[in-house]
Amino acid sequence: MNNIGLATPEIFLLCAICIILVGDLFVAEERRPLAYMLSQVSLLITLLLTWYISPATGSVTAFSGSFVMDQMSNVCKSWILIVSIGVFLYSRDYVNSRKITSGEYYTLALSGVLGMMIMVSSSTMLTLYLGLELLSLSLYALVALNRHDARSSEAAMKYFVLGALASGALLYGISMIYGATGSLHFDQIAVKLAEDSNSTAAIFGLAFVVVGIAFKFGAAPFHMWVPDVYDGAPTSVALYISAAPKIAAFALAMRFLVDGLGTAHGSWQGMLIILAVMSLVLGNIIALAQVSFKRLLAYSTISHVGFILMGILAGTNEGYAAAMFYAITYAITSMGAFGIILAMDRMDVDINLLTDLRGLFRRNPVYAAVMMVLLVSMTGVPPTVGFYAKLAVLKAVVDVDLIWLAVIAVVMSVVGAFYYLRVIKYMFFDDPAEPTPVVAPFDVQLGLTLNGAAMIFFGFFPGLIMVACMAAFAG
Amino acid sequence: MIPLSYYLTLGAILFGISIAGIFLNRKNIIIILMCIELMLLAVNMNFIAFSYFLGDVAGQVFVFFILTVAAAEAAIGLAILVVLFRNRGTINVADLDQLQG
Repeated sequence: MNNIGLATPEIFLLCAICIILVGDLFVAEERRPLAYMLSQVSLLITLLLTWYISPATGSVTAFSGSFVMDQMSNVCKSWILIVSIGVFLYSRDYVNSRKITSGEYYTLALSGVLGMMIMVSSSTMLTLYLGLELLSLSLYALVALNRHDARSSEAAMKYFVLGALASGALLYGISMIYGATGSLHFDQIAVKLAEDSNSTAAIFGLAFVVVGIAFKFGAAPFHMWVPDVYDGAPTSVALYISAAPKIAAFALAMRFLVDGLGTAHGSWQGMLIILAVMSLVLGNIIALAQVSFKRLLAYSTISHVGFILMGILAGTNEGYAAAMFYAITYAITSMGAFGIILAMDRMDVDINLLTDLRGLFRRNPVYAAVMMVLLVSMTGVPPTVGFYAKLAVLKAVVDVDLIWLAVIAVVMSVVGAFYYLRVIKYMFFDDPAEPTPVVAPFDVQLGLTLNGAAMIFFGFFPGLIMVACMAAFAG
Repeated sequence: MIPLSYYLTLGAILFGISIAGIFLNRKNIIIILMCIELMLLAVNMNFIAFSYFLGDVAGQVFVFFILTVAAAEAAIGLAILVVLFRNRGTINVADLDQLQG
């Protein structure tokens, strides 16, 4: 059955990318904002199409079972698109003022979004791989987009080599699983493994697949690229990488480990425990020593990835839903934090050091307040959404009797509180290095304020996201 | 008839050589790019061997996609290399040390 209509959002987005790419060549320099407007409109239409196409319950497949629409893909796609709209809004002024070729920025970022959507909806290892590569190749090019900056190209080179290595490991794992089960379809792999759950070749392949997934997540000990990319890439690209791809990486792990290799849960749980513990410990402890705010956010990302992995390794539906909730809310939080850095950036000056944030409260009280809410949410203090996200993950882990893991996570969160609170101290109690107020256009200001408000709003009403997450894994 | 294990061993050896090449090489980024290509070819070897012995054509289809993606990946890798060389005047691996901490 070729239900080609199910892929309408992806097909529309692909057409829009082609139009923006070609159209941008023929538009005069002064009318460049057109690319931005078209990108936002196409993301919005894609979002509406996703909602319109999505089945109310159950799952439907298309393209001979290689493309699937289910509750999980709907929720992930919706949030990927919503987050991307915010990302484009925050990065618009930065892209314009840095003379980064903006048409290319939007087309590459949109191809990345398309890659993520394909990844989320994949039900064979082939579609999953193609979606992943579409995302990764767009990201390599995006990181190098600032062509005259040596740091940007160095970060791109490191990211490229490590990313290609990860793809290679993932592919090697895929080939082993294919050989062991004789199929590329996740559902058939699951059937085959249920008959023979101790297949050595499949477990061998699984180890490589977990390495590949950990690289794409940025989980320790495969995290080396994260700080360098956050630090070296143009800030707008760091914003992009830190937000939506986390949701996509979650979907990647779910499709592979749960849909395909669910019966081998006993084998991958141990691997994910090692990854989660290392990410939590290394991420939080190394972040203490950072003087660069972007690197601090990078190490804090690594520690948050540890939490997402904890939810997945629990292996229960509650755990998966908690991990999904965590990935979504973390994407929104991280988007806001980078959004504020972008709003503080001015022509030719990039905010990077922690001390650059000194006295933000006097320069713009609203931004300081928003940043405080975001950092408090990352710490996991109620009533922000970060508290509920951590609570749900910890509850899932405790339910499967991994209490020691929950204890490590809580202790490391307390360590993490130190560096988040230090930033808040810089913003509120130190004198600004320069007294000029931070100004931003009205729509960016509105977006950032809403972003901060969402942290508190979803902290009081986490059910609004959580119900969808639970529904994605019920039955 | 050559047994399947021989092909898998060859694939594993090629994969091992490429990983070793990436980590041991301290001189030239182009060698790293070559190692990445070799890694993908090692995977192709696995896929074709499995595909033949399983009597299933899906593995060969996968190989075509890998070849295509490998070409795109090489193009992007070389493009980044050119930009890097313009900015730094070197493609020595040991010189990539501006980002640390």
